[in-house]
Amino acid sequence: MRTVRRVWGAVRWYARELTGEAECDRYCDRHRRHHPHAPVPTRREYEALRTLRREEHPQSRCC
Amino acid sequence: MPTSALPESGRQAPEKSRMSPKSVAIWSAVAALGALGWGVLALARGEEISAVWLVVAALGSYAIAYRFYSRFIARRVLQVDDTRATPAERLEDGVDYHPTDKRVLFGHHFAAIAGAGPLVGPVLAAQMGYLPGTIWIIAGVIFAGAVQDMIVLFLSMRRDGKSLGQMARDEIGRVGGAAALIGVFAIMIILLAVLAMVVVNALAESAWGTFSVSMTIPIALFMGFYLRYLRPGRVVETSFIGVALLLLAILGGGWIQDSSLAEYFVWSPETLVFCLVGYGFFASVLPVWMLLAPRDYLSTFMKVGTIALMAVGVVIAAPNLKAESVTDFASTGAGPVFAGSLFPFLFITIACGALSGFHALVSSGTTPKLIQKESQVRLIGYGSMLTESFVAVMALIAACVLEPGLFYAMNSPAALLGPTVDTAAEAVKNLGFTITPDQLTAAAKAVEEETLVGRSGGAPTLAVGMSEIFAGVFGGAGMKAFWYHFAIMFEALFILTTVDAGTRVGRFMLQDMLGNVWKPIGRVTWKPGIWITSALVVGAWGYFLYAGVTDPLGGIKQLFPLFGIANQLLAAVALAVTTTVLIKSGRLRWAWVTGIPLAWDVAVTFTAGWQKIFSDNPAIGFFALRDKYAQAIEDGQLLPGATNMDDMHTIVLNNTVDGVIMAIFLLLVLTVLVNCAVVCVRAVRATEPLPTTEAPYVESRIDAPERSEEPLVGARS
Repeated sequence: MRTVRRVWGAVRWYARELTGEAECDRYCDRHRRHHPHAPVPTRREYEALRTLRREEHPQSRCC
Repeated sequence: MPTSALPESGRQAPEKSRMSPKSVAIWSAVAALGALGWGVLALARGEEISAVWLVVAALGSYAIAYRFYSRFIARRVLQVDDTRATPAERLEDGVDYHPTDKRVLFGHHFAAIAGAGPLVGPVLAAQMGYLPGTIWIIAGVIFAGAVQDMIVLFLSMRRDGKSLGQMARDEIGRVGGAAALIGVFAIMIILLAVLAMVVVNALAESAWGTFSVSMTIPIALFMGFYLRYLRPGRVVETSFIGVALLLLAILGGGWIQDSSLAEYFVWSPETLVFCLVGYGFFASVLPVWMLLAPRDYLSTFMKVGTIALMAVGVVIAAPNLKAESVTDFASTGAGPVFAGSLFPFLFITIACGALSGFHALVSSGTTPKLIQKESQVRLIGYGSMLTESFVAVMALIAACVLEPGLFYAMNSPAALLGPTVDTAAEAVKNLGFTITPDQLTAAAKAVEEETLVGRSGGAPTLAVGMSEIFAGVFGGAGMKAFWYHFAIMFEALFILTTVDAGTRVGRFMLQDMLGNVWKPIGRVTWKPGIWITSALVVGAWGYFLYAGVTDPLGGIKQLFPLFGIANQLLAAVALAVTTTVLIKSGRLRWAWVTGIPLAWDVAVTFTAGWQKIFSDNPAIGFFALRDKYAQAIEDGQLLPGATNMDDMHTIVLNNTVDGVIMAIFLLLVLTVLVNCAVVCVRAVRATEPLPTTEAPYVESRIDAPERSEEPLVGARS
């Protein structure tokens, strides 16, 4: 059971990292460290920021 | 730490190490297994062999190359230094730059470089038999493709993530830099056109395929809105919903095909061209969250899933290779799928699976800004490319498990095959292979398609091969039609993702270039500027797409060489820039590491380009074919392939355009090469090393990755 939970945890961690879902946590952590008094962006606000960035920095996909 | 088998030459040996007896034994076994695979491939004469040997030869070679050659490059040539802070550490901003776990970054990078290229090229290359293709895919990736990806990644990382174009400008000069930039843009246009043509050929006249692929647009839109308004940021959950809907769309396609709605989804190639052009335009101007980002997630999930499924399928089903090891077309150069002899045309046809210039753009984009430790360029640069090459090997297997008769009936140009299964069977017989009209009908029926005759472009062939392999493992013959359309869907998904991302990147490049001439168009927030440049980009690839689709002689046969040469020329640019930087930074004695692949690549591309322009054989030379048809127009006669005078004029126009484009590509790359050579000579003669733009050394403050693993579990949600 413990192994199953560990493997599931690892898969979940990898999927979240790969899709960028985990980026929000990292960003908010950083935000807290650097601007302790400013309000941390909500998930919705963060995602809006992230898509805006993506809008301006297209990444090429290869053949 | 793993240990080295290379003779430690003293001076800059990072550490004294000798292989333990255990690892000597393991690596000897790996080498022996790989050698066994190659031995079986080489010694098979006449009898069919199992595809498993191909997989064994490939994996054995990759393992040895990764363990020894990539390590040699990392230590001796690049002298990676884990005490040096990477840009991800120095410039960390939580957005562009942040140290990323190497396994995650491997996934990111692989998803960015892998696409339809390694799936299509090897299928077409099966015309020459499985052996030449396999040798080039494996040897090419080990000594050229993976080396290029890794070194470009490293050099870009040492320059804070500069793009290939910027590096060319900074390290070589403005002329070479400008030529590289224009070359990249032009090459991208051809690439998008050819990839889009593969989709058109796969979907034309197929209600099932057209329905399921067009359903990906509403699915992506739904995912986009779901991610933005219902569950912001829940990407994994959304992707699972998307994949489930996608599978439903494939099943739904089968139902549509048998219903009265089928006729609404049977589209002609020309209609599909206009749909694709329209799609490309909207994907470029709509906000990314709506269409582009969700498609990208979907495509990444499908990519990883399908490739894993394919590997399992090949190993479990262990199909026999029906193709010959080396066909006569390898020496005569008279093959129906693509013209020309083995050298140079095999090497430009396989393209992405062995060496792909396009990867240099990805390797000098986002990835270098995310690397945690310098030594990780090995896994991320070299390792990702080996994986991509493995995908190409599997595509080759899928094409070679088909009966050769079926392969040629699917991939020869329509002009050769004629309109019916009977004419096609006759044409295949003339090529020296056998397939009966009944077998052709049965093969089409098994995958529930109207016909398989003349379905060129590589995607349908791969799909039939994959359905053959998958049906042997999961679900039996009854599932063949599902697997066929699954494969078509996943290729189309790949390609459409490349097309929409590529159009967007192309738009930004064009805005950047035109912005130098007229300021407002360069502003990324000015709507009319976005619309104009998007229209220009889709118009450019749309033109080649339309010309290819309506080409009476078969667009794939005409345009695929152009695409292959373009991609390999881009690799020549990347290898020339890396060689120059190696020499400038005082590593002349290691310059052969990129110099030899560069010399080979230049020989291949320039021979191929030269033949395409100057050959007097109309089957190969663009201008020779043009002259032949122009002469016939003057004489008032119709030549094979053309059904009326308009066709004749189309052929003349297309060949003129293709020939001129080819010449422009060669000249642009020649400019870069000459400029590089000048800089190299100057660097060798100089007493002091020439200035480079490498960022200065800063000591790293994060621990070596071996000691500080990211926590696997416990990432907060």
